[in-house]
Amino acid sequence: MCNVCGCASGEVTVEGHSHDHAHDHHHHHHPNGQTHDYGQGPARAHAPGLSQARMVEIEQDILAKNDRYAAANRAALAGSGTLALNLVSSPGSGKTTLLTATLSRLNGRLPLAVIEGDQQTANDAERIRATGVPAIQVNTGKGCHLDAHMVGHALEHLDVRNGVLFIENVGNLVCPAGFDLGEAHKVVILSVTEGEDKPLKYPDMFHASDLMVLTKTDLLPHLDFDVAACIANARRINPRLKVLKVSAKTGEGLQGWLDWIEAARTMHAVGGEV
Amino acid sequence: MHEMSICESIVNVIEEQAAAQGFGRVRRVRLEIGPLAGVETEALRFSFDVVTRGSLAEGAALEIIETPVTGWCMPCGQPVAVRERFDACPECGSYQVQITGGEELRIKDLEVD
Repeated sequence: MCNVCGCASGEVTVEGHSHDHAHDHHHHHHPNGQTHDYGQGPARAHAPGLSQARMVEIEQDILAKNDRYAAANRAALAGSGTLALNLVSSPGSGKTTLLTATLSRLNGRLPLAVIEGDQQTANDAERIRATGVPAIQVNTGKGCHLDAHMVGHALEHLDVRNGVLFIENVGNLVCPAGFDLGEAHKVVILSVTEGEDKPLKYPDMFHASDLMVLTKTDLLPHLDFDVAACIANARRINPRLKVLKVSAKTGEGLQGWLDWIEAARTMHAVGGEV
Repeated sequence: MHEMSICESIVNVIEEQAAAQGFGRVRRVRLEIGPLAGVETEALRFSFDVVTRGSLAEGAALEIIETPVTGWCMPCGQPVAVRERFDACPECGSYQVQITGGEELRIKDLEVD
């Protein structure tokens, strides 16, 4: 069971992954807490034989365990020269459609793989595999996000040496923001049918991301969506956020997205930032 | 977000620490949580009571220390007081403010037997 995500045992399933084998989970224990025994009971009258409260200093991030798994993933990905992108958005933003359009253009040019996170079904992984790219579906059960532990298991089954790993997170603009998976970049995907104030309503995700991809831009002539206001809102949350406008349907803007991925690969290879 | 899983992580840390430091029961848990940590403290309190049942933190008091939000204004080149991620710099009105504090989600200490 993964204690980070809190899903009950057996609910998280990683395709092709059995929990029967002996684990090497990098379960390092860091007993970094210090005991401060003040030597006196609460009433400052220490009676021998009576229990005595003491303070134990912990000073530990609650999500430290996830962060340790994420660091292990990041090291493994760096070692294999794999650029990992964590795609986050609300449900229905067009993540899978953008991904299939991206994969069909990149396939054959460099190694590719996809980790698909959904609460249930392998539908998205099947859509991905139809492009010829290997995909592993992770069903989070009742969980609302992927965590680094699940991704670590999925990584055991994928070989993307010197390529790009796309991690399609559970459609949810809240929880995935708090969980580092070991990716190089979080990419937040926002469709133009969603309303330009979404960055203000769900600031954590836009703050955590390095790139915002505005999707379904072919629909703009039919909508009142204010692109400039949306970008301004997003940059109020995250002044460093880069923005791309894409229609996976018409292909408009897709080349810019592919160029960004190529730039990210190059910078990842030299240990820099896009 | 996911307050229940956060509480399970807290219990997990407590159990690790109990084994390492040799204590059997927890009377009080003190957390440091920033307003930008994405945690709803009322939901956390509710989840804490449920999740700690049957653990060595059952019945423990939960104390939450709220840490301040702090920011750094890039144009001004100095720390500034903000409350939200999208607040403008109170000095120059710019939105080029980077959050430097207020995202903490930590277990500070435990009172144990």
